[in-house]
Amino acid sequence: MTQPVRLLSWSRLIDLAAFVAAMAFILFATLGAHAQQTLLNVSYDPTRELYRDINSAFAAHWKLKSGQSVTIRQSHGGSGAQARAVIDGISADVVTLALAGDIDAIAQRTPLLPKDWQARLPNNSAPYTSTIVFLVRKGNPKGVKDWGDLVKPGLAIITPNPKTSGGARWNYLAAWAWAKRAYGDESKVRAYIAGVLANVPVLDTGARGATTTFAQRGLGDVFLSWENEAFLALEEFGADKFEIVVPSLSILAEPPVAIIDGNVDKKGTRAVAQAYLEFLYTPAAQKIIAKRHYRPRFPQHADQADIALLPKLDLVTIDGEFGGWEKAQKEHFAEGGTFDQLYKPAR
Amino acid sequence: MSEAPLQAQPAAHKSESRLVRFALIGLAFSFLALFLFLPLAAVFHEAFRRGLDVYLAGLTEPDALSAIRLTLLVAAIAVPVNVVVGIAAAWAIARYQFFGRNVLVSLVDLPFSVSPVIAGLVYVLMFGAQGYFGPWLRANDIEIMFALPGIVLATLFVTFPFVARELIPHMEAIGSMDEEAALTLGASPWRMFWTISLPNVKWSLLYGVLLCNARAMGEFGAVAVVSGRIRGLTATMPLHIEILYNEYNGAAAFAVASLLAGLALVTLAAKTFLEWRYADSIAASRHS
Repeated sequence: MTQPVRLLSWSRLIDLAAFVAAMAFILFATLGAHAQQTLLNVSYDPTRELYRDINSAFAAHWKLKSGQSVTIRQSHGGSGAQARAVIDGISADVVTLALAGDIDAIAQRTPLLPKDWQARLPNNSAPYTSTIVFLVRKGNPKGVKDWGDLVKPGLAIITPNPKTSGGARWNYLAAWAWAKRAYGDESKVRAYIAGVLANVPVLDTGARGATTTFAQRGLGDVFLSWENEAFLALEEFGADKFEIVVPSLSILAEPPVAIIDGNVDKKGTRAVAQAYLEFLYTPAAQKIIAKRHYRPRFPQHADQADIALLPKLDLVTIDGEFGGWEKAQKEHFAEGGTFDQLYKPAR
Repeated sequence: MSEAPLQAQPAAHKSESRLVRFALIGLAFSFLALFLFLPLAAVFHEAFRRGLDVYLAGLTEPDALSAIRLTLLVAAIAVPVNVVVGIAAAWAIARYQFFGRNVLVSLVDLPFSVSPVIAGLVYVLMFGAQGYFGPWLRANDIEIMFALPGIVLATLFVTFPFVARELIPHMEAIGSMDEEAALTLGASPWRMFWTISLPNVKWSLLYGVLLCNARAMGEFGAVAVVSGRIRGLTATMPLHIEILYNEYNGAAAFAVASLLAGLALVTLAAKTFLEWRYADSIAASRHS
C-alpha cells in the first residue's frame, strides 16, 4: 500500500487546497460582517472629489456628536446607471444623483422610498446647485461663444449619453431652452438640436468619462460640461490648456439627495444616514461644496473667493421650462423621445 | 530551436531565401515589440514616473489593498472550483459516449463566445432585486449581487472553459489504456484516478490553471456589471484601476496596473520555468 515517493503528493495537495479554502472562508466571513457603522453613498460621476472631502468632514463630525466611527463607501457612475444599480439591489443607504428624475425612477420601480421623497429635505432635497458651461481649448480656436455656435459645420462636441448620464440630460435641456428662446418655433428647435447632435462624435456613459475623452485624450473642440467638472479640468490639467466659456443662458441643475428607506431600515443605519444628508446643509459642508465649485445653497458660509469664481448667468429651471422631471424625462429621454428621434449616430 | 542541426547543412534550396526568413522574423519581433512590449513598458514607466514613494503609496492605500485582497480572494475561490468542475467535465467528455455529449462540449465553450457583459447581466437578471430570485434573497438577507458572491459567480462563468478546454484534447489523445491496466491489476477507481489519470494530464492541468488564474484576476467586463464599483468593498484590481484613472490619479492607477501586469508576468514566468525544467517529462506525457 506504500505510495510512490513524490515531491508533492496528491494528499498533500488536498491538504493545501483545504487550507486555501479555509482561509478563503475566513476572509469571506470577515468581509461579510460589518460590525462598525458603514454607509454606502451611490453617487453620480463628477462628485468623487466632493464626497471625498465631505465624507472625512462628516466622519469627524459624527465621531464628535455620537462617539461612533462611521465609514462612508462610495460608488460612482453615470447617474442613470447608478439608479439602475439601486433598482437592481445595490444596498445604498443614500443616493446623491444628478437629477430628481433618476431618484423618481427608483421610487417608481421599487418600494425602497416614497414617491414624495423630494419634499423630505429643504431646497427640493438639493443641498447645492450647479449649471452647464462650455469648456474649450485655450484661446477658443473655433470661436465658440454661445449655444448657437454648436451647429457650426466641422465642430466636434463632447457630451455624454443622456440615456445614462444626468449631466448630459442637463446639457440637452439647456440647449433646448436656449433654442426655444432663439427660434421659438418647435420644428426649428428640433432642427437645431439635431444639428448639435450631428456634431457629437461619441457619447460616453458618464460625465467623468467624457471629461477624460476631452481633456486627456484630446478629442473634440468643445465639451458641454458640469460647471464643477470644467473647473476641475482647469485645476487638473492647468489653466493654460483650456478655458471656460459661459453661454448667455443655461439651466439650473439641482442634484438631489435621498435616503433609501428600505435599505437603511434593513441595515439599521437610518440615524447616521439622516445625519449625513442633513450635514450637507451645514456651514462646514457648504464651504466644501463651494471649494469644489458647486453652487452652495447658503453662499454666506462659503469662502467668498470661491463664490466669486462662479459666473452670474441667466438660468432656466426644469419645473418652469419643462414642467418637471417626470414630463421632461418622458418627452425627451424615454424610449422614442426627442433624443431618440433626433440622434443619428454619425459614424 | 530544433532547427539547429538543419542549419548546419546548406539549406538554401530546401527553404525560403534568407531574406524572406529575416523579413518574417523581423516583422514578428517588431510587431510584438510595438503592440505588446511597448504598452507593457509604458505601464511600468508611468507607474514609477513620480518616484518610488508615490508608487508604494498607490499600492498601500487602504482601498488599493482591499482591491488586491478581493482579487486574490476571488481567484482563490474561482480557480479551485473550476479545477474540480473542469476535470469532471473533461473526464465525462473524454471517457464516455452519452446522450447530450456534444451539447456538453458546446456548453463548455459557451463562456468564450458570450460577451462578458452578458455574463454579468444574466446574474443581474437572476439575482438582482428585480430578478427571479431577488425578492427571496432579500427576504433571507443573502447578498449576491453587488457583493463577493456575485463577483465570484461572474468570474467562474468567464473562466470556466480554461481548465476543461486544456484537458479534453489531452485526455482524448492519451486514451484509457493505462487506466484499464490499473483497474485490471486491482486498483480501486479512486486510486487509478489519483495515480494514473491525473498525473498523466498534470501538465495540461497546470496550463489550464495558470490561464484560468490570469483571467480570473484580470476580468473586467463581467465583474464591472455585478460589482456596483463600491470603492474599498467590491472593486477588484481592474475596476480599481479604472476608478483611479477616472479620478486623474494616474500614478496610483498605473501602480496598481503594474502590479496586475506583474502578477500576469509571474504566471507567464512560472509556466516558462516549468516547461524548461520539466521539458522531458512534458514531451513524454505528450507522446505517450
